[in-house]
Amino acid sequence: MEIDFKHKQSAHCENGVISNLLIHNGYNVSEPLAFGIGSGLFFVYLPFLKVNLAPAISFRPMPGIIFKRLCKRLDIKIKRQKFRNPTAAKTTLDQMLQKNIPVGLQVGVYNLTYFPDEYRFHFNAHNLVVYGKKNDTYLISDPIMEHVTTLTTPELEKVRFAKGTFAPKGQMYYPIYFPEKLPLEKAIKKAIKATCRDMLAPIPLVGVKGMRTVAKAIKKWPKKIGVKKTNHYLGQIVRMQEEIGTGGGGFRFIYGAFLQEVAEILNKPIFEEFSKEITAIGDLWRDFAIDASRLYKNRSSESDGYEKVANKLLILADKEEDFFKRLKKAIA
Amino acid sequence: MDIKDVPQDVGGLANANMKELCYAVDKDGKYATKLSDGWDVKTLALNKSLELIEERIQEFKTQCLNGEISTIPYYMELNRMDLTVLADYMNKWKWTLKRHFKPSVFKKLSEKTLQKYADTFNISIAQLKDITP
Repeated sequence: MEIDFKHKQSAHCENGVISNLLIHNGYNVSEPLAFGIGSGLFFVYLPFLKVNLAPAISFRPMPGIIFKRLCKRLDIKIKRQKFRNPTAAKTTLDQMLQKNIPVGLQVGVYNLTYFPDEYRFHFNAHNLVVYGKKNDTYLISDPIMEHVTTLTTPELEKVRFAKGTFAPKGQMYYPIYFPEKLPLEKAIKKAIKATCRDMLAPIPLVGVKGMRTVAKAIKKWPKKIGVKKTNHYLGQIVRMQEEIGTGGGGFRFIYGAFLQEVAEILNKPIFEEFSKEITAIGDLWRDFAIDASRLYKNRSSESDGYEKVANKLLILADKEEDFFKRLKKAIA
Repeated sequence: MDIKDVPQDVGGLANANMKELCYAVDKDGKYATKLSDGWDVKTLALNKSLELIEERIQEFKTQCLNGEISTIPYYMELNRMDLTVLADYMNKWKWTLKRHFKPSVFKKLSEKTLQKYADTFNISIAQLKDITP
């Protein structure tokens, strides 16, 4: 069977799946709107947690949180199920498809056969939608792919039961209740407040303070751990900022698109100005990436290069602090 | 980012026939989306990261052929795993796995454990025991 499901490519998998599932149910919530209402913009530095042999830096909250907040703020109820037994996971999924309900799945990336080899890592918090089954092949709408794709039954079982951090445990989800009218205004206000609170949090590892901590660390790294490791760490920062479905500039551009929509929904042109500002900040993040890439391109680069890159990050922290302070006032 | 500045560097993405969605501002100042072929800055970061993995694979291979370690670290790296991931797949403690890194302990592993490793790495037991080309 094949459910009439409209596939739309998105920048980020989690927002993309939410947005596509909501649109399927007749609620026109774009990816930026889903991202903003889920308070997706974030910054966190976890030096004691290593990802790809480098300290973890993330421009987004923990996987699943954007989705959770969005549903709570819009009064949407979601049914989530995890499984121990792969057979039970398959049967339950098949039953939902029989009922014509497209289902969201959390999966591991490493065994996704349609992904290019370079992108296959053991990252387990990817999301996609199954919208049908033909013979023994599942029809897949993966939001970061341009077109729909397929996975065979054994392939799907493998990705649903991938192991490691954030192991999906066959997790599937679908909306079961919608309010008559989505409380958009209320949700937007709450969401922007939460984002401002996160970015201005008085914790040295989170938000603008976290950015400053990273900047300080960058200045120390070349002496402490050597140039080679420093370059690897910088490369990982750039990857987290640009690569993993961020839509560029560490999600700042998606947030800009969100604020532009907010200006229209709330009918407050001031958010159009905020949108322009965060777009400029996103451009600065890209400059930061370019400067960092220059350092890891030629290993024997000038010694004050790291100092310069770190200072750029400090400027970004200052700009974002000022931005979120004013945004907080504007939404209050 | 201006929509005409969305990078179209033919790199890793284009080779894989994949395009990525970017958000950018059009000439009227409105946000729109555009597909990107990739950006050299991040392709480079990715390639450097893959180079590092390749270096480690070769390192473990040499150590293994010299009889210093068992084949397990080599296959772990080849599958882009770390101890946490491998321990979860094997359903064993990390320190147990670390013991298996020693050739002397590896030699004594049961057929069942070896099969589990082979299944995890998607290879045969013969391949698991011997990586000489």
